[in-house]
Amino acid sequence: MQITLTINGADHTLDLDPRVTLLDALRDHLGLTGSRKGCDQGQCGACTVLVNGRRINSCLSLAVMHEGDAITTVEGLSDGALSPLQQAFIEHDGFQCGYCTPGQICSATAMLDELAAGWPSHVSPSLDGPCELTEAELAERMSGNLCRCSCYPGINAAIRDAKGHQA
Amino acid sequence: MKPFDYLRAENTAAACHAGAGRGAAFIAGGTNLLDLMKLEVMAPGKLVDVTRLGLDRIEEEAGGLRIGATVPNSDLAADTRIRRDWPVLSRALLAGASGQLRNKATTGGNLLQRTRCPYFYDTDTPCNKRTPGEGCAALGGETRNHAILGTSEHCIALHPSDMAVALRALDAQVEVQSPEGNRRAYDMDNFYCLPGDTPHIETMLEPGDLVTSVFLPAPKGDRQVYRKVRDRASYAFALVSIAAVIRMEGGRIAHAAIGFGGLAPQPWRDIEVDATLTGTTPSAALFDKVADILLQGAETHGGDDFKIPLVRRLLPAVLEEATA
Ligand SMILES: Cc1cc2nc3c(=O)[nH]c(=O)nc-3n(C[C@H](O)[C@H](O)[C@H](O)COP(=O)(O)OP(=O)(O)OC[C@H]3O[C@@H](n4cnc5c(N)ncnc54)[C@H](O)[C@@H]3O)c2cc1C
Ligand code: SF4
Ligand code: FES
Ligand code: FES
Repeated sequence: MQITLTINGADHTLDLDPRVTLLDALRDHLGLTGSRKGCDQGQCGACTVLVNGRRINSCLSLAVMHEGDAITTVEGLSDGALSPLQQAFIEHDGFQCGYCTPGQICSATAMLDELAAGWPSHVSPSLDGPCELTEAELAERMSGNLCRCSCYPGINAAIRDAKGHQA
Repeated sequence: MKPFDYLRAENTAAACHAGAGRGAAFIAGGTNLLDLMKLEVMAPGKLVDVTRLGLDRIEEEAGGLRIGATVPNSDLAADTRIRRDWPVLSRALLAGASGQLRNKATTGGNLLQRTRCPYFYDTDTPCNKRTPGEGCAALGGETRNHAILGTSEHCIALHPSDMAVALRALDAQVEVQSPEGNRRAYDMDNFYCLPGDTPHIETMLEPGDLVTSVFLPAPKGDRQVYRKVRDRASYAFALVSIAAVIRMEGGRIAHAAIGFGGLAPQPWRDIEVDATLTGTTPSAALFDKVADILLQGAETHGGDDFKIPLVRRLLPAVLEEATA
């Protein structure tokens, strides 16, 4: 099937079997290997990308279903300079092997937007907000991203730092 | 994954027509279907994409809300009307999956997600739900994640949804469009089928039947609680979950609707439990009694024995919170 995907602001026309996931289209057909394949079944978050500003697992989505969507991968988060989150991950040692990192950063980027929009989480005491980014909130909101190296202290510090910059 | 044709339906009639074809399946968020297709547990020859049918709106209707079938779980959980008047639904949704998955998972797809029985996923083991008549590997196998109510000798799988448990306690209705163009609605009480000797038939849907929306009637109780117990604090399916919708009047329970997850092949409700609670004054003895009523006839299989004491503790705790 011929489809056009809009990735990091640029259109790419591809001839794809409908079975190709968004993740495989990015990695194997477009050479955008920032998005990682950990489990390929929605359980680790390494493949997280942004679709129309929202975080999703690209391993559980078909590329052909994303025509017309604005897709942002980790490669598209920096325009010349690193994004505040990317910079904060470096400063706070938010990784060890780095395998989960692009997914963590894409996920956290959208998570901070969800927080700003007042979305509650499972651990929010009230559904009406306000939502403070407590330890419990951070852990819950980022629970879709596993880190095999267990760099959670650094990851959490980086996200807090970036949120501070954003505020 | 087995090859398939992909069709992006332009309207609901075209979707139903295409969905009625042999081997066709609807795809919405894809978070359950693609997982199963990768393992070839499901192998539809045609996928009908229902994400661009305009079924992504939440509209007010008759004091309630009509929720389009493709409204993402995240939007539904965050909707200010849901948060205010149907908080048990927000809570159930937020207790499920992860932020990423909730952005893709849809209302219709969540209702129709398949069981997480590990043998259903493992095509090397017999499973009556996957291949009717093959046998059930769970019986005599690992049963930590199995049902203890409503099962049959052919299948003990449970329905894994959190959202559906809240919807059942809220007396929601599922609206369906048929390939002939007719619309009909099912109460949550009548939408799912028990396994019996046909565990592969899970709902009242016929080929090509498209879930178009879920109707949430005006809430009958303002005290709403969702509690989920699981093996880790987040991003895990329920071992047991309970949705309680209660209204108190003058110290008595005027309305009680209790939904249960992790216990049965469908989001569970027991009219005797609801009836026993209604009209009475809350007490520890009453709560223990309704736990007895719920669990009469429960059958465990070894790995899931723990669900009995777990329910005996969880149900009173939830009822205490909801009636306090
Ligand atoms: C790692 C992981 C953890 C999870 N944890 C939880 C959890 O804790 N709690 C929980 O409740 N869920 C959990 N889920 C499941 C998740 O909620 C479901 O996968 C999701 O809700 C399915 O919705 P979907 O739109 O992606 O469905 P799809 O995968 O697109 O479809 C699912 C099924 O529904 C059918 N279908 C879809 N839409 C329609 C329609 N409109 N009409 C008729 N048929 C339709 C499809 O044909 C398919 O058979 C988890 C999933 C994963 C991968
Ligand atoms: S419990 Fe049901 S789904 Fe699981 S193996 Fe047995 S028949 Fe299959
Ligand atoms: S690779 Fe997508 S969630 Fe693990
Ligand atoms: S840094 Fe190694 S998996 Fe996270």
